Amino acid sequence: MAIVPIKGNWWNAPVERTEALWIGIALVWAIIMFFMMPYWHMVGNQNLSTEAYKVTPDAYEAKVDAFVEKYQVREEGDTGIPVVKPPAGGDVYLLARQFEWYPIVELEKGQNYRIHVSSMDVQHGLSIQPANINIQVHPYYEMIFNATPTDAGEYGIVCNEYCDIGHHTMLGKLYVK
Amino acid sequence: MAEPENTGAGEGPEPFMQQLLNNPFLLLFLGVLFPSVLYTIWGIIEVASIPVGQ
Amino acid sequence: MSNFRTCPETGFKIDLDAEKLIKWNAVTGVVFLLVGGFFGLLVALTRWPSVHLLPADLFYLALTAHGVDILLVWIIFFEMALLYFCSSVLLQCRVATPKIGWLAYWLMLGGAALGNVVVLMGESSVMFTSYVPLKADPLFYLALILFAVGALVVCFIFFGTLVIAKREKTYEGSIPLVTFGAMVAAIIAVYTIASGAVILIPTLLWSLGFIPYVDSLLYKVIWWGMGHSSQQINVSAQVACWYAGAAVLFGARPISEKVCRTAFLMYILFLQLASAHHLLVEPGLGAEYKIFNTSYAFYLAVFGSMVHGLTVPGAIELAQRRKGYTKGLFEWLRKCPWGHPAFSGVFLSIVIFGFLGGISGVVLGTEQLNLIMHNTIYVPGHFHATVAGGTTLAFIGISYWLVPTLWQRELAMPGLAKFVPYLFGIGISGIALFQMGAGTLGVSRRHWDMTFADSALTYDYPAAAHLLMALNGISAIIASVAGAIFCLQMVLTIIGKKKAAPAELPAAPQAEAIQGHGHGGGLAVPGTFVLALVFLTSFVLYYFVNWKYLSEIWILS
Repeated sequence: MAIVPIKGNWWNAPVERTEALWIGIALVWAIIMFFMMPYWHMVGNQNLSTEAYKVTPDAYEAKVDAFVEKYQVREEGDTGIPVVKPPAGGDVYLLARQFEWYPIVELEKGQNYRIHVSSMDVQHGLSIQPANINIQVHPYYEMIFNATPTDAGEYGIVCNEYCDIGHHTMLGKLYVK
Repeated sequence: MAEPENTGAGEGPEPFMQQLLNNPFLLLFLGVLFPSVLYTIWGIIEVASIPVGQ
Repeated sequence: MSNFRTCPETGFKIDLDAEKLIKWNAVTGVVFLLVGGFFGLLVALTRWPSVHLLPADLFYLALTAHGVDILLVWIIFFEMALLYFCSSVLLQCRVATPKIGWLAYWLMLGGAALGNVVVLMGESSVMFTSYVPLKADPLFYLALILFAVGALVVCFIFFGTLVIAKREKTYEGSIPLVTFGAMVAAIIAVYTIASGAVILIPTLLWSLGFIPYVDSLLYKVIWWGMGHSSQQINVSAQVACWYAGAAVLFGARPISEKVCRTAFLMYILFLQLASAHHLLVEPGLGAEYKIFNTSYAFYLAVFGSMVHGLTVPGAIELAQRRKGYTKGLFEWLRKCPWGHPAFSGVFLSIVIFGFLGGISGVVLGTEQLNLIMHNTIYVPGHFHATVAGGTTLAFIGISYWLVPTLWQRELAMPGLAKFVPYLFGIGISGIALFQMGAGTLGVSRRHWDMTFADSALTYDYPAAAHLLMALNGISAIIASVAGAIFCLQMVLTIIGKKKAAPAELPAAPQAEAIQGHGHGGGLAVPGTFVLALVFLTSFVLYYFVNWKYLSEIWILS
């Protein structure tokens, strides 16, 4: 029994058939699951870029402000959040801070964009709903990934990394036309 | 209640893998070494390799 | 000089110093289970949108306390009791340095108490993960460090006790498989706590103002070396409890020591690598690093778990067949003592951990699939299945056997005990399933208000998401009631009626020789094999369904 010591050369005892069979099956499944990941890198359409740079919040905010100034088309809401429409194939700059996503962007369906994201203060979670795309946002790091929206509509940007007391009020917006 | 089966577990020197598995300190060493190198140190190198932006 | 007594039920020689340490660590753990469970109930009732019990600041406070008390304090205190038991009692030797064991106990209790007080004061609602640059009171970090140091000391006492048993020749051959499993837990604990020290000490210094900044990405890499590995301690301890349950309830023997111990070896070498599955959507980490680590090195540790998932029920099936339950594929299973809470606790733990916890964990930890799951409430759905449905339920199950036996008392309210594991299992399974469902709909974890009532903009989750969070609340109530009954039963048992001592003490358990499995051809445990295939089928289907979900979102590269 498993609660008493075991004498003898137990390593040499033959393995019973059910266990041997299951071991074979489990190993095959393990290898299949492992290779799914590099496989998806080769043929799949959803992979997270590893492009990132160390940056200071001030320097990053300057890039965001320049982006907003260049491509702003209107404002929205009582707080006057700028809505920015970048050119297709261009760079999109988003920042996260306690407790807002800035700015609101308007993208075109089927077009690729280079999306930059960083935080001004603590960690935040970029959660684009209802697409359910979830990416972690750090201060002092600028992450860049390519995204092609596949469905038109109005998306919410939820924050899903706890970022202190106003965390649940942090909600942005993203349009895909 | 004797089980008259040859389990091959009786005589002879202790098999090598059995000796390894019977050595708690060797296992402790491996159990700390593997994740420290493969996860922690490799991870630190990954973070340190992130380039500075322009 | 040690004093021993002989267990009147099992014949084990018990060192009285070890016995005291086991009892105090186990009871303290159960107290924190009650406290932590209570915070959890408050959290669930707040996330139930139409109840919304706590205001925001108390919600985040309760959530922090729930995480610390359950994920760290309850479970590690109980594991310390298991470490003492699996070494000193199962090897029938004196425990190493009991006085230092007490020092460790007070360190752990002091850390746990300090941590709870600091969180309750309101300035340390940073979640159990305490991600920088969120800053807690310095005493928060100190509390965790004290707790961790105490636990580390107990791990070394465990190894010291193994040395004593070997030197004083209190056993013959190899240590029991359950002790081996406890040893794996202790090994993982050493890496876990070392990682915790490496990151929490600088973070403490930062919170005091002695260090200007702690890099947030580096923090995550090192912290998760502690954060997830601490849960792998749980996996090993829980599997050890599975084997222990099979032994004490059925006289079951592992079909192959080689297979079981090799599966544990996979845990030793690879289980902790999966800390990386918390890093899959972070900036700048390379895909090779992520893929290798998140897969526990080619999924070898998952392979280990799948093996245990067969060998434990397989050992039970073999023992039952030997008793004569040979009709068809499943008579052995039908004739199991379903009314015995130790059995139902252990068995439900296997099923919930495997089907709900393990499968969701592998899916969650798949590099690209994490994109549609990270930080959604799917994540807590997964880990309630593993930590609560797997580990806690296994510990509850084993307690139903261990507490009456060790304290030599009759189990209080035994009629109620029959239902507790089922009630707890149903509640936790509900929490897991409903949270995973809500997470699939994009609901966030650690979030006070899914209606965004205080936001400048609006977003509406589908109605189903609200329903799922209500069902989660109801499930939490069921699980909390069951958990509370368990805690009450343990207290009442400990102070309750003493068991009558038998006329004769049983003989001390001896080392066993390897026994053949008695099968020439065919499968020795066909029923278990069928169950394993059902598990595998569920796994494969659910795994690929999620790749399908992933393929439907935006194109990302």
